[in-house]
Formats: sequence, C-alpha cells, structure tokens
Amino acid sequence: MKQTPSQTVGPYFAYGLTPEQYLYDFRSLADNKMVSFTDHPEAIQIEGQVFDGQGNVIPDAMLEIWLKDSENGLFGRFGTGTETGNKFVFHTLKPKPFANEAPFLSVILFMRGQLIHSYTRIYFEDEQALNAKDEVLNSIPAERRNTLIAQKTKYGYRFDIHMQGDQETVFFDI
Amino acid sequence: MSDIIYNKFDWEVQPPHLHPDYKSTVFRAPTKPLIALKQSLAELSGPVFGDFNLGPLDHDLSKNSIVNGEPLGERIVVHGKVMNENGQSIPNTLIEIWQANSCGRYVHKVDQHDAPLDPNFLGAGRCMTDSEGNYKFYTIKPGAYPWGNHYNAWRPNHIHFSLFGANITNRLVTQMYFPGDPLLQYDPIFLGVPPKGRELLISKFDLSITEDNFALGYRFDFVLRGNNATPFENI
Repeated sequence: MKQTPSQTVGPYFAYGLTPEQYLYDFRSLADNKMVSFTDHPEAIQIEGQVFDGQGNVIPDAMLEIWLKDSENGLFGRFGTGTETGNKFVFHTLKPKPFANEAPFLSVILFMRGQLIHSYTRIYFEDEQALNAKDEVLNSIPAERRNTLIAQKTKYGYRFDIHMQGDQETVFFDI
Repeated sequence: MSDIIYNKFDWEVQPPHLHPDYKSTVFRAPTKPLIALKQSLAELSGPVFGDFNLGPLDHDLSKNSIVNGEPLGERIVVHGKVMNENGQSIPNTLIEIWQANSCGRYVHKVDQHDAPLDPNFLGAGRCMTDSEGNYKFYTIKPGAYPWGNHYNAWRPNHIHFSLFGANITNRLVTQMYFPGDPLLQYDPIFLGVPPKGRELLISKFDLSITEDNFALGYRFDFVLRGNNATPFENI
C-alpha cells in the first residue's frame, strides 16, 4: 500500500489544532505546558523563533515537541502566532540521557509553505561532555552542529529555527 | 530494543519541500539535504491520546457548534480506515479535523475572505479509530475559496486532517479532496504531490455509507508509514 501524501497544515490550523491558545471555543488536546513548574521545580523553559529565508519571523508555524526518556513520554504543541515576537515557548523537562547519548527533544515542525513537515532535535548547550561524543551530533558537519544546540539564557534555553540561509537548521530524514 | 525499523517517506508519492508554484514554499523550504538519522526510542515512540476524553459531539462538526440552528450547507458523512503500508489497521488512533464552512470561509481570525461566517459552524472536530482502524464523522461539505497565490487562485473543496499513528515517524498532516472537483487541476498544493500520489488524496463518493434523507457519504482511507516487522501482504 502506498503512503497517504502529506499536505500543508496551511494558515488556518489554529482553531483545530491549538484552539485554546488562540482563544477559540474548542478544547485543546495538547499545549505548551508539557509539565508544570509547580509539580516539577526542575522544569525548563525553551523559547525561540522560526525564521524564513528572508530573515522574517514566521507567525504561523506550529511546533510539536516529543520527549522520550526512561521515565517520561511528554508531548507539547504550540503555534507561533500568540506570543510577543511570534515566539514559541514550551515548559518541559530536560530528558534523562541514555548511555553515551546526549539528551535531546524531538521537534516536528509544520507551517504554511511546507507541503510536508520537518523533523529536528533540540540538544542542550550545558551538556558539552555528552554532546561531544554523541553519535548523531557527530554525524553532522561540524559547522552545522550548533544549529541543534539550545543556548542557556537567564530564563531557560533559547532555540531558534532557520528554514534557510547560513544558519539553516539541520533537519532530519527519520 | 527490537530491530523494528519504520519506512521512510516514500518520495514517489510525497510532495517535495520546495514546490515554487506554491509560492510560500520558496522561503520556507529547507535547502540543505536532510541528515539521515538512525531511528532511536524517541522516533519509535510517540504520544498516545487514549486518556483524552473526546467530547460527545467532537465527531460531528454539523452539531458541535450549534448556537441557534443547523449550520448551512450540504451535510456529509466521511468514513474510512487508518492503516499502515503493511496493510495493518491502526486501532484507537486519533484523527483531528478542521475545515472551512460551506461558503469557503474559515473561522480563523486571519481569514478575511469576503464570504459569510456561519454562527452555527466552527469547523473543528476529532474522532478515534475503532478496534479495527475504522473511523467516521459528520460535517458540512466545505466550500472553495480564493487564496492569493496567483491570479484567480482558488483552493478546491478540502478537509484538513492530522494523524499520529504508531510513533512520530507516522505523523501525518494532509488534506482530503472531493471527486470530480474541477479546481484540482489548477491547485499548486494538490499538484505539489507527484502524479502517482494525487489520486490517494481524493475521496470516493460512497452510496453504502450515504444516509437516506440525511447525508451524502464519502470514503477516505489513510495509509501511514509501515515497518519491516511483518511480511507485506495484500489486504
């Protein structure tokens, strides 16, 4: 059997996929609070922007984050159209690393102008030892590796996604 | 870990990232080759929504936003099966649904097409497949609408879907079209799919699911990425 072809999520996904975030009267299945800081004082905040090939911030992308480690399977979803600067923001945990593997979050990215979604990963700046010996990171040309590494900030981590250009984010064929 | 490996995207039927006729792809499509990734536990797992209790009318877009009367338009029922490439049905998997109303207008605040909103129609819903992978929902047939990609660009009637399947390699967001739609031949989004995949996006009119004196029926099956775990078979 042949796969059903992908089609773009389009510009109007908000009331179907992220309704509460965009204040539509329909219950959301998932949001950007993958954990709460109240229950998990060790939780982290990750924020960033998605840039197109002209350097403009994309205001109608949707990100999904999947965290899988030995303890948790956590899912989050957020559109870039409601925060200041059209940022995305997630509250999540830093995954527990498996042996010799640097911790990472899986990202699935959708937007108008993408006929098929993109996969990337978020690694962490403050995991230098594990990052240095990680098989996946080492399979990526050195000059592009940093596009996958979230930078530590006062508030948590910053992770920008560039669809094109010198800093084009690494996307994976999974 | 087992040795199960999920199939990759089948580029014989999947659209490319860059399809210049669809203008928004020009500055949004990645330009560098994708990096091959050995699937790990993260790719071979994914969210499960068994504990998300669907609302009683989530599967009926013709009723789930009624304020003071029935929504306008042609009532339809859409059904089908969710499978993988191996032909195995995928039970208890979530399908999210969104669409324009019968006039071709989305509730979304960004949609400024000069066609009326329907106070009794939101255009969002969801359903789960049953133990055999079958699904069914009711809605109003969506209208065509202009979208500014080029002069006289009109989207064919379509319903948007989002599916999760077995793990994140299975993730699928797509659109279902209707048989005989004359706009398909001009639509760069539909035509972004290679010729071999296009028919797979067109639903079939189905008299057997059509409900007498109530709603026209359409069938649309989903096929998600399969794996190497079982021999291929014809089902």
